[in-house]
Amino acid sequence: METQRKFIVPIGPQHPALKEPGHFQFTVDGEIVTDASVRLGYVHRGIEKGAENRNWTQNLYLFERICGICSHVHATALAIGVERLAGVQAPPRAQAIRILMAELERIHSHLLWLGVAAHEGGFDTLFMYSWRDREIVMDLLESLSGNRVNYSVNLIGGVKFDVEDKHRDAILRGLDTLEERTRHYLNVVTTDRTFLARTRGVGTMSRNQAELFGTVGPTARASGVARDVRVDAPYEAYTLFPVNLVTDEGGDLMARFVVRTKELFESYRLIREILDHLPSGELTVRVPRKIPAGETVSRVEAPRGELFYFIKSNGGEKPERIKVRTPSLCNWASVMQVAVGHKLADMPMILSGIDPCFSCNDRMVLINRGSSSQVWSWDELRRYGIEYYKKL
Amino acid sequence: MEFSPDTPWQKVLDAVRRWARINSPWAIHYNSGSCNGCDIEILATLTPRYDLERFGVKLQGSPRHADILICTGPVTRQSRERLLRIYEQMPDPKFVVAVGSCGLSGGAFRGCYNIVGDISEVVPVDVFIPGCPPRPEAIIFGMVKLLESLKKGKAEVATVSEGAHA
Ligand code: SF4
Repeated sequence: METQRKFIVPIGPQHPALKEPGHFQFTVDGEIVTDASVRLGYVHRGIEKGAENRNWTQNLYLFERICGICSHVHATALAIGVERLAGVQAPPRAQAIRILMAELERIHSHLLWLGVAAHEGGFDTLFMYSWRDREIVMDLLESLSGNRVNYSVNLIGGVKFDVEDKHRDAILRGLDTLEERTRHYLNVVTTDRTFLARTRGVGTMSRNQAELFGTVGPTARASGVARDVRVDAPYEAYTLFPVNLVTDEGGDLMARFVVRTKELFESYRLIREILDHLPSGELTVRVPRKIPAGETVSRVEAPRGELFYFIKSNGGEKPERIKVRTPSLCNWASVMQVAVGHKLADMPMILSGIDPCFSCNDRMVLINRGSSSQVWSWDELRRYGIEYYKKL
Repeated sequence: MEFSPDTPWQKVLDAVRRWARINSPWAIHYNSGSCNGCDIEILATLTPRYDLERFGVKLQGSPRHADILICTGPVTRQSRERLLRIYEQMPDPKFVVAVGSCGLSGGAFRGCYNIVGDISEVVPVDVFIPGCPPRPEAIIFGMVKLLESLKKGKAEVATVSEGAHA
């Protein structure tokens, strides 16, 4: 029977080490993946609908909790949009603090990803090291905002706290250490032989494909697509502090590692510049409780790519409609295409390559071979991948 | 040989088992609809600075090997069934730790249409760790509380409010 050699590998929604649940199905012919699909929605909470029952300020906190990793950019996108509807603008100092936090958040997110992706490749040493170093930036975020995750920096019309001299010194000191460590990581991801065996030439996506699939963020930039909202449509203080785009022509997993690592350097540079030229002045402006009727679109660059908000107000205290499109969703389509033709053993790495806001896929794997079926967990798939490459 | 709860052998076996469980509880982590915030803090708890493994707690993949279910987030309609299934697959005795305000009450998401409720509405919870997200220290504190109560031979419901803002 022909079907004897074809089986489907569903990876169920639950994973030990990482973050959100998702469900994938890979159709496999021998070792090669011939089809892939994804089912999302295990963490669908109904936030967009819920927003309609909360007032603008409450929504700031709700939307921050869409994602604990890029919480600040969500709140920023909402705040920018609402401010535009209200016809006000946050004061320059508040704008600078917003992007300062955004860059700190990018650092924590990229380091987190570096560790998680390395873990999927069986490189746990890098996982532990990068997470240890991530604590430096977590401390900075905490000293600034008082919370390690979900910092609640934004208010509608400004920010909640100021950056003082003591913070400044702590940040500069932290950045020095991080920069040194990042140089080391860049060296590891570009020269380590075992690591390159898992990343070089794997999951390659040409520029054309990247554009076709509508990828965003570092995933697109690793395929040579120059796309970054901070550069294309600078918002807030990014007009004062321009960003240098980091791209790579490689398009494979290695390029994605390189682009994200190099973006860390760019963030360090940017933060230093912001701290040197922090505008003085107020932190907030007054915003009316009722936002004038109207619609607006607000785009910001999250660590994973373009984050898009559509906001509609009917002139009341509550929004009429808020629609969010997150970067990971844009990148999923590309993964499902790129996966085809690759080995099953490469799947954990390819999936984590786009930095799905969702790494904690504590998943179940079920292999149906003819009538016999076998249950696997994501952990076992990961181990399978690692063992597979050990043999080579 | 006869095994009844009263035979000396059984008592010795129980003691050994409890000793093993307290010294190396295996945990499984499930996200039933959280925002990731709690999950990355749980992960941070396992990494070098906080190092939960020094208490023998090991995170691993299969519910069938787990003693403790660490659960985050409010329970969404889709994940409710999964959560129950994971809980049922775990061997007895099993313990549930709910991490984060969402797991306690639904948190910021309370009232959203796709939320069934908090974790204790779906499975019995032994330890609640509040915070949004709880600090890694609070998570460690909660786990230690659970281990302590196991030492006493029973799992009392413990709320770790003292540790939340430590
Ligand atoms: S308690 Fe807070 S950090 Fe944890 S899942 Fe809920 S919203 Fe996210």
